[in-house]
Amino acid sequence: MANATLAADDREPWTSRLRDAGFWAEWAALVGLVVLVVVFQVLNPTFLSTGNIASMLLAAAILIVLAVGQTFVIATAGIDLSIASTMTLGAVVLGQAYSAPWGLPLSCLLAVVAAALAGMVNGVIIAWGRIADFIVTLGMLSAASGLALILADGKPVTIIDPALLALSTGGLGIFGWSFVIAVVVALVAHAVLFHTRFGTHLLATGGAPESARAMGISTQRVKIAVYTISGTLAGLAAILLVARIGAAEPASNTSFLLNSVAAVVLGGVSLFGGRGTIIGPVIGALLLVALVNGLTLLGVSQFYQPLAVGVVVVLAALLTRFQR
Amino acid sequence: MTARPNPGTPAGEPLLDCRGVSLAFGSVRALVDVSLSAREGEITAIVGDNGAGKSTLVRCVSGIHRPDSGHIEFDGAETSFHSPEDAREAGIETVHQNLALVEDLTVWQNLFLNREVVRRLGPLAVLDRRAMRARAKEMVSKLAVNVPAVRSRVRRLSGGQRQAVAICRAAGFSSRLVIMDEPTAALGVQETARVEELIRALRDEGHAVMLISHNFAQVIRLSQQVWVMRAGRCVGGRRTAGTTGEEIVALVTGALNR
Ligand SMILES: Nc1ncnc2c1ncn2[C@@H]1O[C@H](COP(=O)(O)OP(=O)(O)O)[C@@H](O)[C@H]1O
Ligand SMILES: [Mg+2]
Repeated sequence: MANATLAADDREPWTSRLRDAGFWAEWAALVGLVVLVVVFQVLNPTFLSTGNIASMLLAAAILIVLAVGQTFVIATAGIDLSIASTMTLGAVVLGQAYSAPWGLPLSCLLAVVAAALAGMVNGVIIAWGRIADFIVTLGMLSAASGLALILADGKPVTIIDPALLALSTGGLGIFGWSFVIAVVVALVAHAVLFHTRFGTHLLATGGAPESARAMGISTQRVKIAVYTISGTLAGLAAILLVARIGAAEPASNTSFLLNSVAAVVLGGVSLFGGRGTIIGPVIGALLLVALVNGLTLLGVSQFYQPLAVGVVVVLAALLTRFQR
Repeated sequence: MTARPNPGTPAGEPLLDCRGVSLAFGSVRALVDVSLSAREGEITAIVGDNGAGKSTLVRCVSGIHRPDSGHIEFDGAETSFHSPEDAREAGIETVHQNLALVEDLTVWQNLFLNREVVRRLGPLAVLDRRAMRARAKEMVSKLAVNVPAVRSRVRRLSGGQRQAVAICRAAGFSSRLVIMDEPTAALGVQETARVEELIRALRDEGHAVMLISHNFAQVIRLSQQVWVMRAGRCVGGRRTAGTTGEEIVALVTGALNR
């Protein structure tokens, strides 16, 4: 390869990329999504009806937002186990502020700020305390859900607000507003990751922290930033969640945590940090939602869904061994 | 400790002047009262056995470690680098023993790591990838042979190509002192020759080059000044023109004291 690069400035041609196992590993989520869609459509023609597509996209919105946050963290070789309970905390703050009553805009703002603060605390402890990411965020998982229970006194708050209702019912054609917001989040995240200095420093921090530091990059600042971003996006997801279920509950939302990590793995982002995309985890999130939706349509018992998700994720993780 | 007058000592102030630098890691005294200097337009070699403290000294000068005591003067002014960024700002670039490349990033991204070129879009600063790629091509095209493609990931490069990328990065960005920590230790004969050409070219462009090496023949071939380290101390300095390989070996092993 070294000699072949002599003249070549450009990427390898498509034909040779198609024969490379690494190529398929990077696009595993897309291939999986297409296969799933075809299979489910054959088995049940209502799968691709506009109504079902719309409801799948709506269901995917929260997961996409969380998966984008998780991607930033995992690209630095970290992991945010507290992402779902931070979302719960945000939802409860929203509910309490709304029933205070402080109005929707301020309530939403407070929800995002509370979640962002939780993320920042993660980042500061990890960066300055030099404690393993998963220990710190495991602690925050418990702390944030505890805080949510205390704030809510264990009780859900029903929120009936026209603006939130529009968020979960209105939209552009089949694209509900929640999904539109998720797409905007993904686009901004892509721009940040690949078109800013911060994005490059983030990938360097994940791929080779020693090297990044030797070149003068503050890996601590990068760590604090990614956890703050993850928290902020969990806060945004909290708004979408409250809009979707019409209530703010101090529920644990564990499946959102597992699925956010699963979407990132499916999306071909290396758990060792340093490489990843935004589009990959977005497709991974769509795949997971399509999987659960399709199984439900086929009348498969709900009990089988976690099993199916688990199998798909482990398969995807095996595929990443072929990554270049 | 100051160097005694040696044959061929040039006039003028050195660019880098370390005086009495000491640093301990717990009970390990990695550097003990080290004094040495480097001049512009010269290759200054530092030799010594494994564990002598060469890399630690390099890491002090390039801002990764802070000495417990002693002074590091650069361009006549006392430095107090708090991070590698401070040293880079001052014009000190380092090719570390481990090269400090990011394997998953491309050649051009590594060349511009933390020196990225941005375009202003209103309040936003957007990477100017095209400009960086073009400039990166220029930077690596100076390499004699086996030029790596600037778009390929460093993971795919050979050892010599990686070394070349790290050296190109250190040579760019108007650096005045380039430090190289064992740049040819992992290379074959041909690649070593190529890297030596690069090192000479840097000197001829007027850089001060600090070369850490195990290879005495290479040191005699390339350098103008040699400093010898043993067990954390700088035990002697010679003008290369006025010494021999045997004398340096004797200094390294301790058969000869200063
Ligand atoms: N970060 C560190 N922590 C603890 N000890 C270190 C560290 N870096 C170097 N040392 C010790 O300092 C001494 C000098 O090491 P080094 O500067 O790498 O030597 P050299 O580069 O000359 O082979 C060795 O005994 C080494 O084990
Ligand atoms: Mg060394």
